[in-house]
Amino acid sequence: MTGPLWVYLSSQPLLWLTVTLAAWLGADALAQKAERNPWVNPVLVAVVAVGVVLALTGTPYQTYFAGAQFVHFLLGPAIVAIAVPLVRNRAIVRQNLLPLLAALLVGCLVAVVSVIGLGRLFGLPDQILLSLAPKSVTAPVAMGITEQLGGQPSLTAVLVILTGVLGAVIVTPLMNALRITDYAARGFSAGLAAHGIGTARAFAVDPLAGTFAGIAMGLNAVLTSILVPMLVGWLL
Amino acid sequence: MLAALTLLLACQLAGEIIVRALGLPLPGPVMGLLLLSAGLLLARRRFPDLTGTGLERLASMILGSLGLLFIPAGVGVVGQLDLLASHWPAIAATLLLSTVLTLLATVGTFLLVKRIVP
Repeated sequence: MTGPLWVYLSSQPLLWLTVTLAAWLGADALAQKAERNPWVNPVLVAVVAVGVVLALTGTPYQTYFAGAQFVHFLLGPAIVAIAVPLVRNRAIVRQNLLPLLAALLVGCLVAVVSVIGLGRLFGLPDQILLSLAPKSVTAPVAMGITEQLGGQPSLTAVLVILTGVLGAVIVTPLMNALRITDYAARGFSAGLAAHGIGTARAFAVDPLAGTFAGIAMGLNAVLTSILVPMLVGWLL
Repeated sequence: MLAALTLLLACQLAGEIIVRALGLPLPGPVMGLLLLSAGLLLARRRFPDLTGTGLERLASMILGSLGLLFIPAGVGVVGQLDLLASHWPAIAATLLLSTVLTLLATVGTFLLVKRIVP
């Protein structure tokens, strides 16, 4: 597409912010219409929709991100905002404190060790293994960890998002198949394995599950930042 | 709502400053979460429930549309598919199996410890 109007609009944040919000509203409405069926993941639908718009208009990702970064920026305040459900649910959090801490430690270890072990088993090179190690942690933190290890932060961002979408899609059918009805436990595993995208899924299913997912996401970010450098030195 | 947004930003800012000044292996927003939680706990006599406060409404609005915030980073995946193309099957299998294992290990440990510890 060319013409002065397009040249102007495509270089301004306004267009790409509007596209991002519209894609989300459309994808979320679709997910609602599908009765929150896990396969209709609104993040995935919206990402594909925006990707198609960028491809059709020949817009580079950097141009899009320059506008959409205002939405991306809100990830930080969103993590801080988890304090609100955390404090409101403090009684039930305190009740589940020991299971929560045990699940955090085991889950974090399994996430890192299994991804390195399986990746090596399937013949992935060390450079990709380094970028895979923090895959269950929220993107900005994971990218920081990879950078510290000498991997590729941009590759980590991709792998983290893929993990989040995978986890968000799998978690409900998996837990239903196992007949697990404890929403604190379900939410906690979603947030631990699939960070913010799993947490978004958990909040869509049940507010208590969302709270525990948020706690898991926050705590796992802390523990993984500490454990990954140690584990990688030992495993690679 | 505006005061609540300022509070969230201020906590994140304080978190970034503390983490960087002390060289902690911790993301700034996570430290901000800890600071806000501590603050809310200290103020729990004055605001026992938080229901109906601007902070509560803002937090449910942001957390209710959390997925939206991942779209800009997610679109980056579409642009980098060629980077993954050469190792695609191995990466897909690794991520899928590892994510399932992580979910099972976490939920299993949670339920097991809950059953053992009354």
